[in-house]
Amino acid sequence: MTELHTPDTLAEIRDEFLELEENERLQLLLEFSRELPPVPDDFAANPDQYERVAECQSPVFIAAEVADDDTVVLHATAPAEAPTTRGFASILVQGINGLSAEEVLAIPSDYPQSLGITRAVSPLRIAGMTGMLVRTQRQVRALTAV
Amino acid sequence: MAVEFDTSSEKFTEYADPSRLVTPDWLQEHLGEPGLVVVESDEDVLLYETGHIPGAVKVDWHTELNDEVVRDYLDGEGFAKLLSRKGIGRDDTIVIYGDKNNWWAAYALWVFSLFGHEDVRLLDGGRDLWIAQGREITTEVPQRAQTEYPIVERDDSVLRAFREDVLVHLGKPLIDVRSPEEYTGERTHMPEYPQESSLRGGHIPTAKSVPWKRAVADDGTFKSRKELDAIYRDEIGLNEGDEVIAYCRIGERSSHTWFVLQHLLGFQDVRNYDGSWTEWGSSVRVPIVAGSEPGDVPAAR
Repeated sequence: MTELHTPDTLAEIRDEFLELEENERLQLLLEFSRELPPVPDDFAANPDQYERVAECQSPVFIAAEVADDDTVVLHATAPAEAPTTRGFASILVQGINGLSAEEVLAIPSDYPQSLGITRAVSPLRIAGMTGMLVRTQRQVRALTAV
Repeated sequence: MAVEFDTSSEKFTEYADPSRLVTPDWLQEHLGEPGLVVVESDEDVLLYETGHIPGAVKVDWHTELNDEVVRDYLDGEGFAKLLSRKGIGRDDTIVIYGDKNNWWAAYALWVFSLFGHEDVRLLDGGRDLWIAQGREITTEVPQRAQTEYPIVERDDSVLRAFREDVLVHLGKPLIDVRSPEEYTGERTHMPEYPQESSLRGGHIPTAKSVPWKRAVADDGTFKSRKELDAIYRDEIGLNEGDEVIAYCRIGERSSHTWFVLQHLLGFQDVRNYDGSWTEWGSSVRVPIVAGSEPGDVPAAR
């Protein structure tokens, strides 16, 4: 059993949120939503490689890759009309990319609750981010299973 | 002072209450007019921030219209505080619009109606049509002066149905506006939507299936009176004077149908059962029918 540990990248993002007043945290989430990188062409051409995150109200798809050096790359796509979902995806992409598979699997699944935005976005919506995280971990686990 | 009604649309004149809708053209012309407040209400809590109709204020269904603890809406005091903060007066004309074919806009309109706010209208076609027509949007948040919205107690007796009301209503018209898969019980949530726990699948006995979307044209506007009559009167058999209850999963899609029945078709006694399937499908010993047939009124126990 992997010991749970929030990696520094995600801890920094969390602290960025917690330093703000509650109503300003939504603005930060919006900034994250704008930073979600476009998916690489070969992924865009083959949407089947993506897993749909059913926990999210908007159509969001994720795909994790594990490179030979064991680092994880997460791709995510969500429509512009779903900025909250894009924000969640962007946090995970920025916080997860470059981590080792082991580090990704160690992320506590309640990380989304630690951002201090549950009340501002509603618990139902934050559940979508948890869905993204758990599915990412499941993909990484499947990719690294020996 | 109410802002003049939109009389520009021939389609609207066919509706029972044409004053409940405005066209994008009308809204654009009247933006900034004293006595008019435009409200955006979306499923996505951040969509307003990415750009909205100039001057529009945001009302979020989840974080602002609901009570934080009890599964219920704001009370009179909470509503007065909310609308005062938004700069809305009791006599103001409110035009609401939003994403997803105005689901949440209709839901907000219904909640505002529980508090008896008299002049509240929908923008036909909602947010998507406004943007599709290339009209202006802005990220600038308007600074409206705080108002003194009076404390008006919510009246749940006319437009809202509770589980107990539905139980004694069985035998009278009941409309299930969810997707066919939810109606039959194959699934308990909207296709492509998150699981919102209900322990059983199916529908309330005798409820007829009319997915909300049937009331909407391809461009997101409401269908014409004639098309709507063909569905709700001819096909489903609703008659003048009928008492009707509509429900969905949490009451937002059925607000949309409630709006159609109440304001566009003029049924006088239409209630929205906001507890909907997330309550009914988890309640102990309430009757449920699975499959595509409405089913019969269960014998009294």
